Amino acid sequence: MLVLLFILFGAMAIGCALAVVAQRNPLYSAISLIGVFISLACLYVMLAAPFIAAVQVIVYAGAIMVLVVFVIMLLNVEEEEHRRSRLRFLVPAAVALAAVLIAEVAFILVSVQESRVVPTSSASDVGLTQSIGAALFTRYLLPFEITSILLLMAIVGAMTLARRSGLLGSRDQLKRD
Amino acid sequence: MEPQLSWYLALSAVLFTIGVVGVIIKRNIIAMFMCIELMLNAVNLTFVAFASFFQDVTGQLFVFIVMTVAAAEAAVGLGIIITIFRNRETLDVDDASILKL
Repeated sequence: MLVLLFILFGAMAIGCALAVVAQRNPLYSAISLIGVFISLACLYVMLAAPFIAAVQVIVYAGAIMVLVVFVIMLLNVEEEEHRRSRLRFLVPAAVALAAVLIAEVAFILVSVQESRVVPTSSASDVGLTQSIGAALFTRYLLPFEITSILLLMAIVGAMTLARRSGLLGSRDQLKRD
Repeated sequence: MEPQLSWYLALSAVLFTIGVVGVIIKRNIIAMFMCIELMLNAVNLTFVAFASFFQDVTGQLFVFIVMTVAAAEAAVGLGIIITIFRNRETLDVDDASILKL
């Protein structure tokens, strides 16, 4: 049963990820990426991590992708036109690199012996919100505080970059005058 | 038969590889941005799989922090994309090959 679910959600994740790369319209890529996030959230539930799955859906599929779709619509991006790329060798290079990476993964899968650890049952409390919160506010308090400073820096940086009359904007106006 | 740890690692590697290929072959800067998000998610799957199989909560905490960094990256990165579009009227990375505005 779990194997069937793994195959279903894994195939969904890989298919949506291929669609992200294959689509020419960025909006379709964004919607395929939401599919990847949802199927990864289902895999997290299978791995007995319900809190991470909920955060994945809320933060990634909710907040970040809404931001990306908002920017795509704000900039009114048209489909990529077919024009001659200056770096024509990039596509074969990318395919060759991907083949090498996949071959390495296959080699590891074949050669490394299977681990005997069994996945967690629902009786374990690893992955519940209580255990994550307890560890986050006791043992890992310093990374938590550093994260808050990082978010503050991101807010200030995004506002400075995106406002019209910022540092860059005023210099542009000087150049135009 | 239960899904093994190596299955999750292989799925994560495949997703990461697709993200790398996307970053290399895409020319639209927003599409490249989304492929970077795809790579971050592939690594998150590895962390959650190890945390679950080794009964350790640290991996899931690391996923939590990676998500925060991804949110900060989204905010700053989209700000940079908007600024580039305002200055150049294009999102093609080949047209943004010089640092001069």
